[in-house]
Amino acid sequence: MTDILDRPASTNSDGRAEPLLRVSHLTKYYGHVAGCLDISFEMRPGEVLGIVGESGSGKTTLLNCISGKLAPTSGSIAFNSRRHGLVDIYDLSEPDRRRMQREDWGFVHQNPRDGLRMRVSGGANVAEPLMNLGRRHYGDMRQATMDWLSRVELDLGRVDDKPRNFSGGMQQRIQIARNLIHNPRLVFMDEPTGGLDVSVQARLLDLLRELVRDLGLAAIIVTHDMAVARLMADRLMVMKGGHVVETGLADQVLDDPQHPYTQLLVSSVLQI
Amino acid sequence: MTQEAAIRVDDLSKIFTLHNQGATSIGVFEALKLEVMPGECVVLAGESGVGKSTLMRTIYGNYLPTSGGVYVSHDGVPVDITKAPPHQVLEIRRRTLGYVSQFLRVIPRVSTLDLVVEPLLENGVELEEARERAITLLQALRLPEAHWELPPSTFSGGEQQRVNIARSFIREYPVLLLDEPTASLDAANRAIVVELINAALAKGAAMVGIFHDHDVRDAVATRLFNVSEYKAAA
Repeated sequence: MTDILDRPASTNSDGRAEPLLRVSHLTKYYGHVAGCLDISFEMRPGEVLGIVGESGSGKTTLLNCISGKLAPTSGSIAFNSRRHGLVDIYDLSEPDRRRMQREDWGFVHQNPRDGLRMRVSGGANVAEPLMNLGRRHYGDMRQATMDWLSRVELDLGRVDDKPRNFSGGMQQRIQIARNLIHNPRLVFMDEPTGGLDVSVQARLLDLLRELVRDLGLAAIIVTHDMAVARLMADRLMVMKGGHVVETGLADQVLDDPQHPYTQLLVSSVLQI
Repeated sequence: MTQEAAIRVDDLSKIFTLHNQGATSIGVFEALKLEVMPGECVVLAGESGVGKSTLMRTIYGNYLPTSGGVYVSHDGVPVDITKAPPHQVLEIRRRTLGYVSQFLRVIPRVSTLDLVVEPLLENGVELEEARERAITLLQALRLPEAHWELPPSTFSGGEQQRVNIARSFIREYPVLLLDEPTASLDAANRAIVVELINAALAKGAAMVGIFHDHDVRDAVATRLFNVSEYKAAA
């Protein structure tokens, strides 16, 4: 099933605004196994895109390709960076691409251990992106770190504790602060609340929602949790077998799904 | 006609196709036409299951019609919400089109006052002014002050409903969709909501509503619209 059910052409109504991200015909094969196939979409500044689908549908492959971690087999990913304007990220040299990632992007992993350095303190984890951008004023960085720790509602008295001494939910807060402190234009989130218990998850989602709104962040959130998708995303892409089978306004896709697979996905959610 | 309609529903048809139940098709309505002018409150009539809520949700862009369009006057320009890209639909909902449902979709942990203030903050109103307006409205709706700082998830049905109403009326949307906003309210609170609706109409808001309560319906409706006249052939 390869037909894409899309809302009609998303022309820029104002005609001038360049997209923040433009993905064109992105395809990734692992040997002869398809990861994701012929995916095209655009994102605007401040837009939150949810990518949903079951395990193995290609969500993570897509996220890894877009975020520069995995070169696609074909197709292009253009990002509007502060330094280079709208460029294909794989046309940039390796050092330029890495610098763009440090300056313009954040990446929140499902498992905080993948996104944090476990041997240095929570505070140092949060401050590190600023150091990587060449900031050297220790007092300013400390101040920014404290601001961010309080924004994500962490006890400032524990700034020097190592991540392993924090609970899973707190580690995730540290990871969020670390990925937002440098004022990115686009944040990738891979199941940001996946490993957390429900009460912690609700609080964290609420925090993320607030931050995204207050900072006008653009974000791509990969999740298999429809409730997370509804709460966070403006727009959804539903993936199955490497294809995008349906895309549209988040509440429309969830409340009036058109594609058989989306209908199955939405009707499989347990009600409480 | 000199004035532009606030909502123009044009040849709208809706068929639900349930792919996982043997591709069953359920036709709801077809070739439905409706115009709502500013200052009008059109109440949808017809028995249960005739498609009143489906029509309402399609006007809001929440359901996708099978064919036809829904033009909502946004900044004086009619925009077909069923074909607009997601960011534009969200922009229309943020500034033009409000929706009061029967249920409050609660966001965990957010206090009542913050919930009511949110639509104003999204539209750039200062926090101070937004809070004042929220308090005035919550007082008018007689929601006890002790509740304001609490998240509404533990409130009674009627209290949640009033939070929902406050959230929608605080913005003074030019176009408002009302899906049984008085369903779980007592008589005194119903009367307050009727007053709010009539005040908004007097200011030129356009409304489409579903009301099962006849007193409320008679108090706010400028005309009835019978959805069953457009019933899809079985």
